Amino acid sequence: MSSNAHSHPNYIKIFIILSVLTAIEIGVTFLGLPRKVLVTLLVGLAVWKAALVALHFMHLKLEKTTLTLIAIVPFVLCVFLSLMLLPDVYPR
Amino acid sequence: MSDAVAVHGAVEPAETPLTPESWGKLGMWLFLAGDAMSFGGLIVAYGALRYHAAKWPVPAEVLGINLTALMTFLLIVSSVTMVLGLAALQDGDKPRFNKFMGLTILGGAIFLGLQAYEWTHLIGHTLPHYNLAFSKDLFATTFFVLTGFHGMHVTGGVIYNACVLAAVNRGRYQAKHVEIAGLYWHFVDLVWILIFTFVYLL
Repeated sequence: MSSNAHSHPNYIKIFIILSVLTAIEIGVTFLGLPRKVLVTLLVGLAVWKAALVALHFMHLKLEKTTLTLIAIVPFVLCVFLSLMLLPDVYPR
Repeated sequence: MSDAVAVHGAVEPAETPLTPESWGKLGMWLFLAGDAMSFGGLIVAYGALRYHAAKWPVPAEVLGINLTALMTFLLIVSSVTMVLGLAALQDGDKPRFNKFMGLTILGGAIFLGLQAYEWTHLIGHTLPHYNLAFSKDLFATTFFVLTGFHGMHVTGGVIYNACVLAAVNRGRYQAKHVEIAGLYWHFVDLVWILIFTFVYLL
Protein backbone atom coordinates (compact mmCIF):
# COMPACT_ATOMS: atom_id res chain seq x y z
CA MET A 1 0.00 0.00 0.00
CA SER A 2 2.68 2.45 1.03
CA SER A 3 5.07 1.46 -1.73
CA ASN A 4 3.18 2.69 -4.76
CA ALA A 5 4.85 4.02 -7.90
CA HIS A 6 7.26 1.07 -8.03
CA SER A 7 9.64 0.80 -10.91
CA HIS A 8 9.44 -2.81 -12.05
CA PRO A 9 12.23 -4.95 -13.49
CA ASN A 10 11.87 -5.82 -17.18
CA TYR A 11 10.11 -9.16 -16.68
CA ILE A 12 9.35 -9.68 -20.36
CA LYS A 13 13.05 -9.52 -21.20
CA ILE A 14 13.77 -12.25 -18.62
CA PHE A 15 10.90 -14.30 -20.04
CA ILE A 16 12.37 -14.10 -23.55
CA ILE A 17 15.85 -15.08 -22.32
CA LEU A 18 14.38 -18.06 -20.41
CA SER A 19 12.43 -19.20 -23.47
CA VAL A 20 15.49 -18.93 -25.74
CA LEU A 21 17.65 -20.84 -23.22
CA THR A 22 14.98 -23.59 -23.05
CA ALA A 23 14.98 -23.84 -26.85
CA ILE A 24 18.80 -24.06 -26.84
CA GLU A 25 18.65 -26.81 -24.19
CA ILE A 26 16.35 -28.90 -26.34
CA GLY A 27 18.36 -28.08 -29.47
CA VAL A 28 21.72 -29.25 -28.09
CA THR A 29 20.30 -32.69 -27.24
CA PHE A 30 19.91 -33.32 -30.99
CA LEU A 31 23.49 -32.34 -31.90
CA GLY A 32 25.02 -35.72 -30.99
CA LEU A 33 27.68 -34.09 -28.80
CA PRO A 34 30.04 -36.20 -26.68
CA ARG A 35 28.33 -37.14 -23.39
CA LYS A 36 30.65 -35.07 -21.17
CA VAL A 37 30.23 -31.93 -23.29
CA LEU A 38 26.45 -32.38 -23.36
CA VAL A 39 26.21 -32.86 -19.58
CA THR A 40 28.37 -29.78 -18.93
CA LEU A 41 26.35 -27.68 -21.37
CA LEU A 42 22.94 -28.76 -20.07
CA VAL A 43 23.85 -28.38 -16.39
CA GLY A 44 25.34 -24.96 -17.14
CA LEU A 45 22.19 -23.84 -18.98
CA ALA A 46 19.94 -25.15 -16.19
CA VAL A 47 21.93 -23.32 -13.50
CA TRP A 48 21.86 -20.17 -15.63
CA LYS A 49 18.04 -20.39 -15.97
CA ALA A 50 17.58 -21.14 -12.26
CA ALA A 51 19.76 -18.14 -11.39
CA LEU A 52 17.70 -15.89 -13.68
CA VAL A 53 14.48 -16.99 -11.95
CA ALA A 54 15.96 -16.46 -8.47
CA LEU A 55 17.60 -13.11 -9.24
CA HIS A 56 14.80 -11.46 -11.18
CA PHE A 57 11.46 -13.19 -10.46
CA MET A 58 12.28 -13.84 -6.79
CA HIS A 59 13.93 -10.40 -6.61
CA LEU A 60 17.14 -11.70 -5.02
CA LYS A 61 18.98 -9.05 -7.00
CA LEU A 62 17.10 -6.36 -5.06
CA GLU A 63 17.44 -8.02 -1.64
CA LYS A 64 20.14 -7.77 1.01
CA THR A 65 23.24 -9.88 0.41
CA THR A 66 22.64 -11.93 3.57
CA LEU A 67 19.34 -13.18 2.16
CA THR A 68 21.17 -14.32 -0.97
CA LEU A 69 23.62 -16.21 1.27
CA ILE A 70 20.68 -18.01 2.93
CA ALA A 71 19.36 -18.92 -0.50
CA ILE A 72 22.73 -20.29 -1.62
CA VAL A 73 23.28 -22.52 1.45
CA PRO A 74 21.17 -25.47 0.22
CA PHE A 75 23.01 -25.52 -3.10
CA VAL A 76 26.40 -25.55 -1.34
CA LEU A 77 25.18 -28.38 0.91
CA CYS A 78 23.99 -30.35 -2.14
CA VAL A 79 27.45 -30.02 -3.67
CA PHE A 80 28.91 -31.37 -0.39
CA LEU A 81 26.38 -34.21 -0.46
CA SER A 82 27.44 -35.09 -4.01
CA LEU A 83 31.11 -35.06 -2.99
CA MET A 84 30.39 -37.26 0.03
CA LEU A 85 28.69 -39.81 -2.24
CA LEU A 86 31.61 -39.90 -4.69
CA PRO A 87 33.57 -42.63 -2.85
CA ASP A 88 30.45 -44.82 -2.96
CA VAL A 89 29.84 -44.17 -6.62
CA TYR A 90 33.30 -44.23 -8.12
CA PRO A 91 34.71 -47.72 -7.51
CA ARG A 92 31.52 -49.16 -9.08
CA MET B 1 -10.73 -4.57 7.99
CA SER B 2 -9.05 -1.83 9.98
CA ASP B 3 -9.26 -4.28 12.87
CA ALA B 4 -7.29 -6.81 10.90
CA VAL B 5 -4.68 -4.21 10.04
CA ALA B 6 -4.35 -3.27 13.71
CA VAL B 7 -3.91 -6.92 14.69
CA HIS B 8 -1.41 -7.34 11.89
CA GLY B 9 0.55 -4.37 13.18
CA ALA B 10 0.60 -5.88 16.65
CA VAL B 11 1.90 -9.20 15.36
CA GLU B 12 4.68 -7.54 13.41
CA PRO B 13 6.00 -4.85 15.73
CA ALA B 14 9.64 -4.75 14.65
CA GLU B 15 11.31 -4.95 11.31
CA THR B 16 13.51 -7.82 10.33
CA PRO B 17 16.87 -6.49 9.22
CA LEU B 18 16.96 -8.97 6.32
CA THR B 19 13.56 -8.28 4.77
CA PRO B 20 12.32 -4.95 6.15
CA GLU B 21 8.99 -5.32 4.31
CA SER B 22 7.77 -8.30 6.32
CA TRP B 23 8.76 -11.22 8.52
CA GLY B 24 6.68 -13.44 6.27
CA LYS B 25 9.11 -12.98 3.43
CA LEU B 26 12.04 -14.08 5.59
CA GLY B 27 9.96 -17.03 6.76
CA MET B 28 9.21 -18.08 3.20
CA TRP B 29 12.87 -17.83 2.24
CA LEU B 30 13.87 -20.02 5.19
CA PHE B 31 11.17 -22.54 4.29
CA LEU B 32 12.33 -22.58 0.67
CA ALA B 33 15.95 -23.11 1.75
CA GLY B 34 14.78 -26.20 3.64
CA ASP B 35 12.57 -27.34 0.79
CA ALA B 36 15.47 -26.91 -1.62
CA MET B 37 17.42 -29.40 0.50
CA SER B 38 14.58 -31.94 0.16
CA PHE B 39 14.69 -31.58 -3.61
CA GLY B 40 18.49 -31.44 -3.53
CA GLY B 41 18.67 -34.70 -1.57
CA LEU B 42 16.35 -36.41 -4.04
CA ILE B 43 18.22 -35.10 -7.09
CA VAL B 44 21.64 -36.04 -5.70
CA ALA B 45 20.32 -39.51 -4.78
CA TYR B 46 18.94 -39.81 -8.31
CA GLY B 47 22.35 -38.90 -9.72
CA ALA B 48 24.21 -41.38 -7.51
CA LEU B 49 21.77 -44.23 -8.29
CA ARG B 50 21.86 -43.49 -11.99
CA TYR B 51 25.65 -43.28 -12.13
CA HIS B 52 25.90 -46.56 -10.26
CA ALA B 53 23.35 -48.39 -12.39
CA ALA B 54 24.61 -50.98 -14.84
CA LYS B 55 21.92 -50.09 -17.37
CA TRP B 56 19.86 -46.92 -17.66
CA PRO B 57 17.32 -46.27 -20.42
CA VAL B 58 17.73 -43.13 -22.54
CA PRO B 59 15.21 -40.79 -20.85
CA ALA B 60 14.33 -38.85 -23.99
CA GLU B 61 13.47 -42.14 -25.71
CA VAL B 62 11.24 -43.52 -22.95
CA LEU B 63 9.73 -40.30 -21.62
CA GLY B 64 9.69 -38.13 -24.73
CA ILE B 65 10.45 -34.45 -24.35
CA ASN B 66 7.88 -32.72 -26.58
CA LEU B 67 5.12 -32.66 -23.96
CA THR B 68 7.59 -31.91 -21.17
CA ALA B 69 9.10 -29.03 -23.11
CA LEU B 70 5.58 -27.59 -23.36
CA MET B 71 5.10 -28.10 -19.60
CA THR B 72 8.42 -26.34 -18.93
CA PHE B 73 7.37 -23.42 -21.08
CA LEU B 74 3.98 -23.31 -19.34
CA LEU B 75 5.57 -23.03 -15.88
CA ILE B 76 7.88 -20.25 -17.09
CA VAL B 77 4.87 -18.39 -18.51
CA SER B 78 2.97 -18.79 -15.25
CA SER B 79 5.98 -17.41 -13.37
CA VAL B 80 5.92 -14.37 -15.66
CA THR B 81 2.17 -13.83 -15.18
CA MET B 82 2.77 -14.07 -11.41
CA VAL B 83 5.35 -11.24 -11.39
CA LEU B 84 3.21 -9.18 -13.77
CA GLY B 85 0.26 -9.67 -11.40
CA LEU B 86 2.40 -8.59 -8.45
CA ALA B 87 3.61 -5.54 -10.39
CA ALA B 88 -0.02 -4.64 -11.20
CA LEU B 89 -1.06 -4.88 -7.55
CA GLN B 90 1.96 -2.79 -6.47
CA ASP B 91 0.70 -0.15 -8.92
CA GLY B 92 -2.78 -0.47 -7.39
CA ASP B 93 -4.35 -1.97 -10.53
CA LYS B 94 -6.57 -4.70 -9.06
CA PRO B 95 -8.39 -5.80 -12.26
CA ARG B 96 -5.04 -6.34 -13.98
CA PHE B 97 -3.79 -8.25 -10.92
CA ASN B 98 -6.91 -10.46 -10.99
CA LYS B 99 -6.35 -11.22 -14.67
CA PHE B 100 -2.70 -12.19 -14.28
CA MET B 101 -3.22 -14.09 -11.02
CA GLY B 102 -6.05 -16.01 -12.69
CA LEU B 103 -3.74 -16.86 -15.60
CA THR B 104 -1.05 -18.01 -13.13
CA ILE B 105 -3.50 -20.38 -11.43
CA LEU B 106 -4.77 -21.59 -14.81
CA GLY B 107 -1.18 -22.26 -15.95
CA GLY B 108 -0.49 -24.34 -12.85
CA ALA B 109 -3.74 -26.28 -13.29
CA ILE B 110 -2.98 -27.04 -16.95
CA PHE B 111 0.51 -28.17 -15.93
CA LEU B 112 -1.03 -30.63 -13.48
CA GLY B 113 -3.48 -31.85 -16.13
CA LEU B 114 -0.62 -32.48 -18.57
CA GLN B 115 1.37 -34.28 -15.88
CA ALA B 116 -1.62 -36.49 -15.08
CA TYR B 117 -1.93 -37.26 -18.81
CA GLU B 118 1.81 -37.99 -19.02
CA TRP B 119 1.76 -40.32 -16.01
CA THR B 120 -1.32 -42.16 -17.28
CA HIS B 121 0.30 -42.67 -20.66
CA LEU B 122 3.60 -43.81 -19.12
CA ILE B 123 1.99 -46.24 -16.68
CA GLY B 124 -0.50 -47.61 -19.18
CA HIS B 125 1.61 -47.83 -22.34
CA THR B 126 5.23 -46.74 -22.45
CA LEU B 127 6.75 -48.19 -19.28
CA PRO B 128 5.26 -51.71 -19.70
CA HIS B 129 6.60 -51.66 -23.27
CA TYR B 130 10.14 -51.15 -21.90
CA ASN B 131 9.42 -53.57 -19.04
CA LEU B 132 9.79 -50.79 -16.48
CA ALA B 133 7.56 -50.04 -13.48
CA PHE B 134 7.43 -48.06 -10.25
CA SER B 135 9.26 -49.89 -7.40
CA LYS B 136 10.49 -52.49 -9.92
CA ASP B 137 13.45 -50.57 -11.32
CA LEU B 138 15.33 -47.44 -10.38
CA PHE B 139 14.58 -45.53 -13.57
CA ALA B 140 10.80 -45.54 -13.08
CA THR B 141 11.01 -45.23 -9.28
CA THR B 142 13.28 -42.18 -9.27
CA PHE B 143 11.19 -40.65 -12.06
CA PHE B 144 7.91 -40.95 -10.18
CA VAL B 145 9.40 -39.88 -6.83
CA LEU B 146 11.01 -36.75 -8.30
CA THR B 147 8.18 -35.63 -10.60
CA GLY B 148 5.57 -36.67 -8.00
CA PHE B 149 7.23 -34.65 -5.23
CA HIS B 150 7.37 -31.68 -7.59
CA GLY B 151 3.77 -32.22 -8.76
CA MET B 152 2.59 -32.10 -5.15
CA HIS B 153 4.39 -28.78 -4.79
CA VAL B 154 2.58 -27.47 -7.88
CA THR B 155 -0.75 -28.68 -6.43
CA GLY B 156 0.01 -26.85 -3.20
CA GLY B 157 1.03 -23.76 -5.17
CA VAL B 158 -2.21 -23.69 -7.19
CA ILE B 159 -4.27 -23.91 -3.98
CA TYR B 160 -2.04 -21.31 -2.25
CA ASN B 161 -2.34 -18.91 -5.19
CA ALA B 162 -6.13 -19.34 -5.33
CA CYS B 163 -6.35 -18.53 -1.60
CA VAL B 164 -4.15 -15.45 -2.08
CA LEU B 165 -6.30 -14.26 -5.00
CA ALA B 166 -9.43 -14.60 -2.84
CA ALA B 167 -7.81 -12.90 0.16
CA VAL B 168 -6.65 -9.92 -1.94
CA ASN B 169 -10.16 -9.45 -3.29
CA ARG B 170 -11.62 -9.56 0.22
CA GLY B 171 -9.13 -6.87 1.22
CA ARG B 172 -7.21 -9.05 3.67
CA TYR B 173 -4.00 -9.39 1.65
CA GLN B 174 -1.82 -6.74 0.05
CA ALA B 175 1.02 -6.79 -2.45
CA LYS B 176 3.56 -7.99 0.14
CA HIS B 177 1.54 -11.17 0.70
CA VAL B 178 1.34 -11.76 -3.03
CA GLU B 179 5.11 -11.37 -3.24
CA ILE B 180 5.56 -14.13 -0.64
CA ALA B 181 3.24 -16.46 -2.56
CA GLY B 182 5.22 -15.54 -5.67
CA LEU B 183 8.47 -16.65 -4.02
CA TYR B 184 6.99 -20.12 -3.53
CA TRP B 185 5.63 -20.27 -7.06
CA HIS B 186 8.92 -19.21 -8.69
CA PHE B 187 10.76 -21.74 -6.55
CA VAL B 188 8.51 -24.49 -7.92
CA ASP B 189 9.32 -23.23 -11.44
CA LEU B 190 13.05 -23.15 -10.60
CA VAL B 191 12.98 -26.76 -9.37
CA TRP B 192 11.18 -27.88 -12.52
CA ILE B 193 13.94 -26.29 -14.63
CA LEU B 194 16.43 -28.57 -12.83
CA ILE B 195 14.19 -31.67 -12.99
CA PHE B 196 13.59 -31.09 -16.71
CA THR B 197 17.34 -31.09 -17.27
CA PHE B 198 18.36 -33.96 -14.99
CA VAL B 199 15.44 -36.33 -15.52
CA TYR B 200 14.37 -35.67 -19.11
CA LEU B 201 17.22 -34.14 -21.10
CA LEU B 202 20.36 -35.79 -19.69
